[in-house]
Amino acid sequence: MTENNRSSGVLADYLHAKTDRKGLLGWIFSTDHKRIGILYLISMLIFFSIAVLLGVLMRLELLTPGKTIIDAQTYNTFFTLHGIMMIFLFIIPGLPAVFGNFMLPLMIGAKDVFFPRLNLFSWWLFVTGGVLALVSLFLPGGPVDTGWTFYVPYSIRTTTNVIPALFAAFILGFSSILTGLNFITTIHRMRAPGMSWFKMPLFAWSLYATAWVQILATPIVGITLLLVAIERLFGVGIFDPALGGDPVLYQHLFWIYSHPAVYIMILPGLGVVSEIIPVFARKTIFGYKFIAFSSLSIAFVGSLVWAHHMFTVGMSNTGMFIFSLLTFLVSIPSAIKVFNWIATLYKGSIQIEVPLLFILSFIFQFCIGGLTGLMLGVLAVNIHVQDTYFVVGHFHYVMFGGTGFGLIAALHYWFPKMFGKMYKKIPAIIGWLFLTLGFNVLYFPFFFLGYMGMPRRYYDYLPEYQTYHVISTVGSWLLVIGLIIIAINLISALRKGEKAPADPWGGKTLEWTIPSPPPVENFETIPVVTKGPYDYSEVLTQEVEGKKH
Amino acid sequence: MDQQNQQHNHDHQPIGYARYILLWFGLIALTGTTVAIAGIHLGKWVIITSLTIASIKSLLVLNVFMHLKFEDRIFRIFVLVALATLIVFIVLTFFDYAFY
Amino acid sequence: MISAAENIHIHRDDVGTKIGMWLFLFTELILFGGMFIVYAVYRFKFPAEFQLAAMELDTFIGTVNTIILLTSSLTIALSIVAIQQGRKYLSVLLIFSTILLAILFLVNKYYEWGHKISVGIYPQSEELLKKPQGEIIYFGLYYVMTGLHALHVVIGIVVLMIMGILVARGKIKQDAYVRLEAGGLYWHLVDIIWIFLFPLFYLIT
Repeated sequence: MTENNRSSGVLADYLHAKTDRKGLLGWIFSTDHKRIGILYLISMLIFFSIAVLLGVLMRLELLTPGKTIIDAQTYNTFFTLHGIMMIFLFIIPGLPAVFGNFMLPLMIGAKDVFFPRLNLFSWWLFVTGGVLALVSLFLPGGPVDTGWTFYVPYSIRTTTNVIPALFAAFILGFSSILTGLNFITTIHRMRAPGMSWFKMPLFAWSLYATAWVQILATPIVGITLLLVAIERLFGVGIFDPALGGDPVLYQHLFWIYSHPAVYIMILPGLGVVSEIIPVFARKTIFGYKFIAFSSLSIAFVGSLVWAHHMFTVGMSNTGMFIFSLLTFLVSIPSAIKVFNWIATLYKGSIQIEVPLLFILSFIFQFCIGGLTGLMLGVLAVNIHVQDTYFVVGHFHYVMFGGTGFGLIAALHYWFPKMFGKMYKKIPAIIGWLFLTLGFNVLYFPFFFLGYMGMPRRYYDYLPEYQTYHVISTVGSWLLVIGLIIIAINLISALRKGEKAPADPWGGKTLEWTIPSPPPVENFETIPVVTKGPYDYSEVLTQEVEGKKH
Repeated sequence: MDQQNQQHNHDHQPIGYARYILLWFGLIALTGTTVAIAGIHLGKWVIITSLTIASIKSLLVLNVFMHLKFEDRIFRIFVLVALATLIVFIVLTFFDYAFY
Repeated sequence: MISAAENIHIHRDDVGTKIGMWLFLFTELILFGGMFIVYAVYRFKFPAEFQLAAMELDTFIGTVNTIILLTSSLTIALSIVAIQQGRKYLSVLLIFSTILLAILFLVNKYYEWGHKISVGIYPQSEELLKKPQGEIIYFGLYYVMTGLHALHVVIGIVVLMIMGILVARGKIKQDAYVRLEAGGLYWHLVDIIWIFLFPLFYLIT
């Protein structure tokens, strides 16, 4: 097959390679990790766009108390779907499915992941789950209105289409598990000769830690959602208080997965930051081992804190103390990362490029999100702000301001490698400005709203909250303008961008040693690795010598 | 590299039939034991003894039938991590239910 | 000239394949683990009712089923020894025996459930709803957990049948049998889950 792809001795790139099946089929049946990454990117962006639209409509509704454009039941279905789509169809697959798939083998010097066909199957599961979730909107019964958390007993009693939504989530969980399985095996068995664990790029470390959480936490939500479906179908009583069931037990099981899930969301984003900063500071990362181990620590400690979502439901005092303490502990490895990033930037030779700008927004927003998370972990504070907009502000800051921006940063960082084209810098910066400004205008008021007592998921509100709601909605418009500018800029680059070189940024990891876009087989010969991933010692020597002349 | 892997499977001493059959006898005996003990009125100790015996049986199945004892060390580390995770989930959940 | 990259396709990494299988087993362990958490909490809440309800179960059938599964673990383990020695027909025979034992397990289960349903003990039945909450929960857990386990037995049978066919056709052979090992690993996990289900449901007195 490689023979067909040669023209004058040059391997064709993966985008244009001839495959057994023609056209679209050559893509959706491809086991090439690069094509699968692109498939994920396209399908995810479709789901993301729908979820953004839902968000914009919700913000429009919240411009005024009472009904503005939609009724209460519709509003409930909107926030449920916005949550389900953003969480299960965008952020959790997010970085691992797109950039993990595309970049991990390249970064460790491999020709693909360990189980390429399983990888393709993961994507098919992803699409199936997404389609099922969308189809459930139109089945008799109507769209789900339970919130993405599916709390019992309401999720058992509501007449909306809970079961299709549960099965969609179950299938998506399976997709996530298989990706994690693939990555762990790949990292253990397919690193290039000479690449010891501590010569591996930090993005790979973050994917490794994430993969373990995917494997060990996801099955819990699998069984939990299955139990809700069984309860709806057969009335066994496991979560039904009338028959002896305990709704708080449901919450325990749900959050045993869903809290580690947020670390599935953020860890790869943290990994992207660790990749981008050394490149644009022209300096090796500060404290490589600390960052690597902090990823593992976050995965581990993060699996122990779930009940901080349940401080107001009536748990034992002992339980609450312990979970609060553990929640404080999990902030430490995250803080270590932030300190190390700043130490890397300090006295570095800063290159103001687009990926770095998104990373700077990331760090700012992640700190706010992380600190407000810590505040929520304090029992005395939690009593007042649980289930208010404070929580909504917190998680949007980490999930969107963190991971979301990390994803966009990764897209701008690896775009030239993936597509062989370069985007224009000025529109990208304008897009970044609108996005960052819009994001903060949209979400920062949430902390005030929550502190003032505005409950979350509420369709109606008292007039005293309106000012902040209006500010926030205006922020949503700025944010959307930013997204549109970014999208137009990147799409136009795909069509008529300048051809990108193999290494436009001066990166030192293995993906920059091969052509842009990469050939099907990635490497002509598997490289033998001798240096660490952020070795800028030569660069420093050159720059010093350059200054001497 | 593939040569080494193909030989890798034969480096481990293949376990003969006898060892497996012996283990099977042991597992049956343990099953008999746990049923017998359940007949005695031990009250709250029943669960501890029956779970202990179940754990011993499982460890035997894991180490011998599933070959864990003879695989690379990384497999044992993985199993420990998975088991530890499950135990931690159970213990932390009980901090809510077992206390005030 | 063929590039070095193409030769890599011949590379086979059995250790990696086994790592993948073990990782998958962990997800099954945690899946059932979640059910064990639910069981543990409710047993803690309703100790007396659990004991009462457990008396409805037949310890003899439970013990027989345990022995059936333990034996099936033996036969599948022996089938791997057989293929390591290149004894194809013995291996297929042993795989077939494993499947037979698995079916026997399911037949027992069918009669067990059938008996319970015939005396009116099943979710939402009039008879069950008259009982105290702890007993309703016990039987709810019984049906869900043994049902989920039985589903995995069925999946295991399908997996074993595929392995049997592959051995019979010579696709799994003396120097390439990692898939049979993987199938065996799955089957042993099904056995281990039952090793725990048995005392939790049948041996509470």
